[in-house]
This record gives sequence, C-alpha cells and structure tokens, in this order.
Amino acid sequence: MELLLIPDLLAPLQHEFMLKAIAVSALVGLVCSALSCYMTLKGWALMGDAVSHAVMPGVVVAYLLSIPLAIGAFVFGVGSVAAIGFIQSKTRIKEDTVIGVVFTGLFALGLVMVSKTKSTIDLPHILFGNVLGISDGDIIQTVVISVITLSVLALLRKDLVLFCFDSTHARSIGLNTGLLHYVLLSLLSLTAVAGLQTVGVILVVAMLVTPGATAYLLTDQFDRMVWIAMASGVFSSVVGTYLSYFIDGSTGGCIVVLQTLLFCVAMVVAPKYGLLATRSARKAPIEPPPTPNSGGFE
Amino acid sequence: MQPTLDLQNVTIAYHGKIALHRASLQLSPGTICGLVGMNGAGKSTLFKAIMGFVKPDEGQVLVNGLPVKSAQKRSQIAYVPQSEDVDWNFPVNVEDVVMMGRYGYMNWLRSPKPSDRAIVHESLARVELSDLCDRQIGELSGGQKKRAFFARALAQQSPVLLLDEPFAGVDIKTEKLMINLLMDLRDAGHTILISTHDLSSITTFCDQVVLINRSILAYGETSEVFTEENLSRTFGGSMQGLKGG
Repeated sequence: MELLLIPDLLAPLQHEFMLKAIAVSALVGLVCSALSCYMTLKGWALMGDAVSHAVMPGVVVAYLLSIPLAIGAFVFGVGSVAAIGFIQSKTRIKEDTVIGVVFTGLFALGLVMVSKTKSTIDLPHILFGNVLGISDGDIIQTVVISVITLSVLALLRKDLVLFCFDSTHARSIGLNTGLLHYVLLSLLSLTAVAGLQTVGVILVVAMLVTPGATAYLLTDQFDRMVWIAMASGVFSSVVGTYLSYFIDGSTGGCIVVLQTLLFCVAMVVAPKYGLLATRSARKAPIEPPPTPNSGGFE
Repeated sequence: MQPTLDLQNVTIAYHGKIALHRASLQLSPGTICGLVGMNGAGKSTLFKAIMGFVKPDEGQVLVNGLPVKSAQKRSQIAYVPQSEDVDWNFPVNVEDVVMMGRYGYMNWLRSPKPSDRAIVHESLARVELSDLCDRQIGELSGGQKKRAFFARALAQQSPVLLLDEPFAGVDIKTEKLMINLLMDLRDAGHTILISTHDLSSITTFCDQVVLINRSILAYGETSEVFTEENLSRTFGGSMQGLKGG
C-alpha cells in the first residue's frame, strides 16, 4: 500500500508547473508574512484590504500599456492611500468609512475596465489568483518584489518597529515618520501585487494579516513573531498549493484555509494568550489587590 | 554663556486661535525649571513647539544653538510625553524600550554596541527596574511604565530633558525616585524643563519656575516667582489655599 502511495504523493512534483507554483507561493507566503507582522501591529488590516482591492484599475491600465503590473498596482495602491488620507482630512467622514468608499470605488472601476478589455485579461485570475498557470514574466516580477520588500524590512526593521510602537518617540529622535509611513504603504502595495497572482485580490488580505495575527498570539518578542509568521506563511503556501493539486480545488483557497486553521490552533493552545491558557488563568485563585502606593515597587 | 534651551517669541495658533503668545525662555545648563499653569494654559503646546511637533507661527526654538530638528538627530534633547501613546500589547520588553533611547547613537541598522547595552542596563538600574527588564512592556504597573520611559530618556543622555506631567497618576515612591534622579541630572549639568500639577513639590526641586497662561506670565528663580500673587494670576484667582497643599 505504502509503495503505491509514495509515487502518488510525489506525482505533483513531477510537473514543472507545480514546482514553479509551489516555489512562487512559498516566496509570496514568506514576503506577505514578514509584512503581516507590521500590518497587525499597526492595525492596518483594513488598509491592507483596501490597497489590495484598489490596485485593480492599476493592473488593468498596466496590461493595456504593456508595462509590469507591479508599476500600475503600485501607483494605484499608494494613490488610494493618499486619497484616503486626503478625504479624511478634508471632510468629516471617519477613516473606516472613507476606506470603504475609496477601495470599493476603485475596485468597481477596475471591474468595469476588465469587462471592457475582456480579450486580454482573465477576471477570475485577478480575483482568485492563478499560481498554477503563472508566467515566467510574473515569476521574475514576484522575485523582484520579494527581494525589494525583504531587503527594506531587514534594513529598516528597528526604525519601522519603533514607528509602529511609538511614533512620538520616533519623531522626537529626528526620524522621518512620514517617510516610514509611506515606506510601509509602498511595501503593502507591492506585496499586494505579488499576493494577487497567488491567491487573488479577494484573499490577499489574509496573506497580509493572518500569519502576523497567528504569530502575535504566540510570542511577546518581535523578532520571534516575524520568524513564526514567516514559517506559518511558507508552510501554508507550500502545503496549500500541494493539496490543491490533489483535491483539484482553488489554490488560493487552500492556502488561506490552512493559514486560518493555524490561526485557530494558535488561538486555542497559545501558551500565554491562547483560550486554554487565559481560561486556566481565570480559574486560578484571585490574588488580593495591592495596597495603595505599593503598585510601583516590587 | 549660551542657553541650552532658547525659545524666542514663540507663537502658536490652532485654527486661528492663539494657544501660546510670544513665549520667550532661556534655560542654562544645570537647571530644573518647573512649568506651571492650568489645563489648557499651553503647557503641552509649549512642549510640542520645542519638539517641533507643531510649527511655531512666529519665533524659533534653539537647542544648544541648533534648530530642533538637528538637535534631535544629534540626541541633544529627550522628551517624555504626558501619556505614552503606545500599544501596550506590542511585542517589546522593557529593555527593548529603553534601548530605543540609544538609536540616535547607533548606525542606521540600529545595532547596539556593548556601550549601548551598558548604558541601557545602568538606566534601568537607576529607575530600579533591572529585575523586570525581560517583561513585556504592558505587564508593568503604571508607575513602573513611567519609570521605564524615564529610563529611556536617561539612556538618551541628552543635555536637554523635557518632561510633561511626569508625576500624573504615579505612586509616591516613583515620584520621589524620579525627583532624586532629576536633581542628580541637574547636578551633572543637564537642563530640565518639567510641567507638573503638584505645586507642593515645585519648591523642593525646581530652581526656576515658568508661570504660563497662553503666554508666559512670570519666569525666574523659584523663590522670587513662585508667590501667592503670581500663582493667583496664573490660575485666575482660584488658588486660595492651594499653594503648599
């Protein structure tokens, strides 16, 4: 029985398109997960959703102009954030509402544009990703985006962490927090394009949020959080792509379902912040409250 | 002698409403100066103006003769805001936070040298938090948090130190410890500007006092300026019996 199973299990690896798909989704998983730590800590989940949808028209325009998709997406991603900031500062509308208006508006514009240029762009591929059919040009683009994103995150890690944690202090030591803000947003736009090809516009936000959220439940140390997020992201991408071959199902769907399962496991069993841990902590005997003035010193 | 902190006719207006009018102030090395005024009198605005967070409509601020931005990049000025606007669940521990005070001295990768680590540990020891340096920052009590951020300011080793209401909501022991440390810093030649509601403690450790109500009402040696009459001007006559209480 086992002798029969092993060749079956290895079958997907005999196809070049599967090897490419697994490699690309692993890379995308790695990059998105690294960025997801900053997204979760900065509270930018909705912003990630917004940017990933808002890049749609940019992708279409880039197609029509025959320039790399990343450039069109980047322009619209950063542009949408600038528009959100502008509308918020000039009107009385709250930020989440502005985000909702801007990203659905741009996404709708993208839909109209795609529907009028049907011959060149496959809408389901943009919406749900098409990593199994990824072209060599798209692979190169993904690699370039990944190298840029990982390099910037590695080089500016301490400054970006400080910016996310305490932007007042960052300003008070003379850091350009406006620049750091736009660096993070630019990376978000770039990775949204990379993720778009793997899992599609609709699920990209999961790649940009879930691994970070999972890791956040598991540790109190930032560096460890990044490693855990990247491990869970790469694992979900590789196993998800591989599984999708067997069940002949949506690749992006499989990847994100796995990520969500990992999140659920972490939510229950995380040593300090899991449901089980917090539940047993509540059952522990209640300590008497400290007396006044003793709170400061131990 | 060149003042370490030099405010020249600083005016700040928010939406056309003046929050601070032509404030001038020159502090020399080895001074603790108390900033006293009601809520909304412009204390926080003054601090934000010094830190360059709001741009003066008129006038300028110099730190050791430098514009604020350059002074900040050279670690010439440290700021402890009234309340830390941080995410207390952030995955950083107490030592990480204090290490952030050393970034100005590090290369752009912010990789700490042994001397940076030594200064961080010394700062933690001075605020008596050495035992808790591995704790996630949100696990500290209110007073401990304040001391952790004070330790970060100590680690900055800046000649000028600004503290906005550092004693609000902290325990009495933390307040005493911080006052002692501030006096040590003063004796070591630092220039300290501190706003506080606790008028009773002003006379014990402030060499100079600034009384403020949208403009500087009085400024000078504590013994000369911190008078019943000046205080009642500052607080609009509602001060009877509050001084020393």
